[in-house]
Amino acid sequence: MTEAIAATARWQSCAIVEVATRTSAIKSFFLRLSEPFDYTAGQHVDVRLTAPNGYTAMRSYSIASAPSDSKVIELAIERLPDGEVSPFFHDVAQVGDTIELRGPLGGHFLWPGPSNKPVLLIGAGSGVVPLMAMIRYRKASGEPVPVALLLSSRTWGDVLFRDELLELERSLPDFVLALALTREPAMRRTDFSRRIDGRMVASVAGRLPVSPGCAFVCGSNAFVDIAADAALALGLEAGAIKTERYGA
Amino acid sequence: MVTRGFTGRQSGSELSDRIPPGQHLVDNFPVLTAGPTPRIEPADRTFTLKVGPRPVKAWSWSEFNALPRTKMTRDIHCVTSWSKLNTAWEGVAVDDILADAGLTAPTPFALAHCYDGYSTNVPLADLAMGKAMVALKYEGQPLPRDHGGPARLLVPHLYFWKSAKWVNGLQFTERDEAGFWELRGYHMYGDPWKEQRYTND
Ligand SMILES: Cc1cc2nc3c(=O)[nH]c(=O)nc-3n(C[C@H](O)[C@H](O)[C@H](O)COP(=O)(O)OP(=O)(O)OC[C@H]3O[C@@H](n4cnc5c(N)ncnc54)[C@H](O)[C@@H]3O)c2cc1C
Repeated sequence: MTEAIAATARWQSCAIVEVATRTSAIKSFFLRLSEPFDYTAGQHVDVRLTAPNGYTAMRSYSIASAPSDSKVIELAIERLPDGEVSPFFHDVAQVGDTIELRGPLGGHFLWPGPSNKPVLLIGAGSGVVPLMAMIRYRKASGEPVPVALLLSSRTWGDVLFRDELLELERSLPDFVLALALTREPAMRRTDFSRRIDGRMVASVAGRLPVSPGCAFVCGSNAFVDIAADAALALGLEAGAIKTERYGA
Repeated sequence: MVTRGFTGRQSGSELSDRIPPGQHLVDNFPVLTAGPTPRIEPADRTFTLKVGPRPVKAWSWSEFNALPRTKMTRDIHCVTSWSKLNTAWEGVAVDDILADAGLTAPTPFALAHCYDGYSTNVPLADLAMGKAMVALKYEGQPLPRDHGGPARLLVPHLYFWKSAKWVNGLQFTERDEAGFWELRGYHMYGDPWKEQRYTND
């Protein structure tokens, strides 16, 4: 892992080949790597923007696409109203533009590799991005690992990758999907309409065939604290609970 | 390479000499961790100093809190690219920990160890001579749990992952041994002014 990162953590220019509107606040950007790299689901890239006077801004974005032979990776970026980088992507960046990035980065929040212990994924908002890479990888690889995703979003319309997740719930064996809507009534009997809590996490974990061997939690700091404590309460070891906090 | 259409939120010029390359200022205090926030019971609060595998001294929580206190106000820089200016800390300088254990310069390197199994490596030269402390207070208040309470290492001149949260010991080592993030692709030293973010930077 260390070597993989060391060998590839060089800046490269990537063309935006497609932009897809995902929700009212989230767009996906498909970038063609000029120096393709191997990565593990859960990793991120650093993106660097440079102004004409040399000023740069750098931010981390998780890779949403599953590792594959494709040279194109997907980033899904949420627009933060007064942010510096995310509004640039939403309001300025276009197909054909070139963006500098480097990766893959992050040697901790990583899909665990062959194992048949179920994996519990808990995300909020754009925090589902690295979890989506894991679910897509799980599908593409055919690894027989049961996976449950508990995803918190404000409304049904804010559920990132909603249609794809609903389709996977139908077609992928041993994939459990539970949505928690914090500002709208639940649309389905298996979903929730409240903020995440320990009871909810236990109920979703209980839909797996056996209890999970590890958990991945990604979202805002407050969300991650609640979800990680709930995963501890399931009896998971602290070391089996990996968290990624998108900062504030 | 100039990014088409990007100007950015360029910070005021009077502060720009305090912001390392690739960093931007924040007013809040973001939290980043690898796992759950540990809940450390008062009975488990100890601090241990080791040289190699050998424990040299262990302090109970009350003994550790009775060591001489140092205050520092410093700018801090996180590898995820935020910087925060004028953060005010209080704690026990590494010099005072060493002095209380009757040591001066045990070995050239150290690993800080934490309750959650996390570790990070820092050279002695970056810990001693008033450069680093075990912080117990932030802005006059006991350190909040999610910022590393009850105690975190504070090495403000290096990227902030070196300021390990929930620290419970320092181990002096002959060689520079990689800690948790350093084994996972992050730089062995982590100087923000040289942008030493990842292994080969
Ligand atoms: C490992 C990792 C993976 C990530 N993956 C993703 C991902 O997949 N998708 C995603 O959307 N995000 C992701 N993030 C978050 C991302 O890196 C950025 O933090 C996010 O896009 C916000 O950047 P920004 O420049 O738009 O906002 P910033 O400029 O950083 O501001 C963040 C917020 O703080 C406020 N703010 C901060 N400073 C100021 C100031 N001086 N003046 C005014 N307002 C201020 C802004 O209003 C804004 O709401 C990830 C973060 C990490 C660490």
